[in-house]
Amino acid sequence: MAKSEAISWFRIQEMFRFQAFHMYGIIGTAVTLGVIGVALIKKFNIRDFHGNPILFFPKDKSITRYLIGGTIFGLGWALSGACPGPMVVNIGYGFLSMIVVFFFAIVGTYLYGVFMKKLPH
Amino acid sequence: MREIITQTWAWWFSGAMIAGIMFFLLYFGQSFGFSSNLRTICAAAGLGKKTKFFDFNWKAQTWNIVFLIGSIIGGYIASQFLSSGQPVEISAATINDLSKMGIAAPASLQPQELFGWNAVFSIKGFLILAFGGLMVGFGSRYAGGCTSGHAISGLSNLQLPSLIAVVGFFIGGLAMTYLIMPLIF
Repeated sequence: MAKSEAISWFRIQEMFRFQAFHMYGIIGTAVTLGVIGVALIKKFNIRDFHGNPILFFPKDKSITRYLIGGTIFGLGWALSGACPGPMVVNIGYGFLSMIVVFFFAIVGTYLYGVFMKKLPH
Repeated sequence: MREIITQTWAWWFSGAMIAGIMFFLLYFGQSFGFSSNLRTICAAAGLGKKTKFFDFNWKAQTWNIVFLIGSIIGGYIASQFLSSGQPVEISAATINDLSKMGIAAPASLQPQELFGWNAVFSIKGFLILAFGGLMVGFGSRYAGGCTSGHAISGLSNLQLPSLIAVVGFFIGGLAMTYLIMPLIF
């Protein structure tokens, strides 16, 4: 992640401004290989290390929660330039101010847990 | 050899590594989704006593916390041993757009205007980081996943909900980039 600069605020800005292919290349490659691999796992019923079949659980059907939740996530992603994984990579990289972002991401998750019953899903 | 490692890794290599991580986790009976860790941390902090959402067997998620610690170590290794010290090579168009908001061309991976200590200890700078994190944490759990869970794992499994979530990521991201950021910077 760090070495492809996917943890950089600059790269996320560049992505949301559609000014470079870089981030789309990373995500596009991952998803393309992912789709092929998941299809192969399903077709050949590939088992995991423990010998159990690899199962894929369909996500709950809804539009509201994914659209609203996704939009809130996107607002935060563009502002802080990091989704949860890259936040901690940044902390390891030496950008200790990312600890503030990560701490508040935990607070945000906590607030969701508190208010989830009152939110439309 | 060392030059190949220290220069910026190609998008296709990084993308393939991410897919590789997903399959590695699937092979070991887990699934690739990072934001679940935020919920696990809340549970481990004992918040499950008052809030049912955090009352679950979080110890079963230990592997993902190990993944989180590994990510921190990976970041450290990348900066200490694999870094060329070169700033991010973003496009000239982006540099131009950002300069209009008062953000200088990259000197490293992150802008000093947001992540430097002067920014962190200013009220406005602190609020930007805090609200950014808050929305990422709240939104990812509301949507049931983040970039790894939805954009990578979900889309790989051709999940319509994940596609809706990714559309949401871009609605939010574009609104922040074009509408809100010009107001705050």
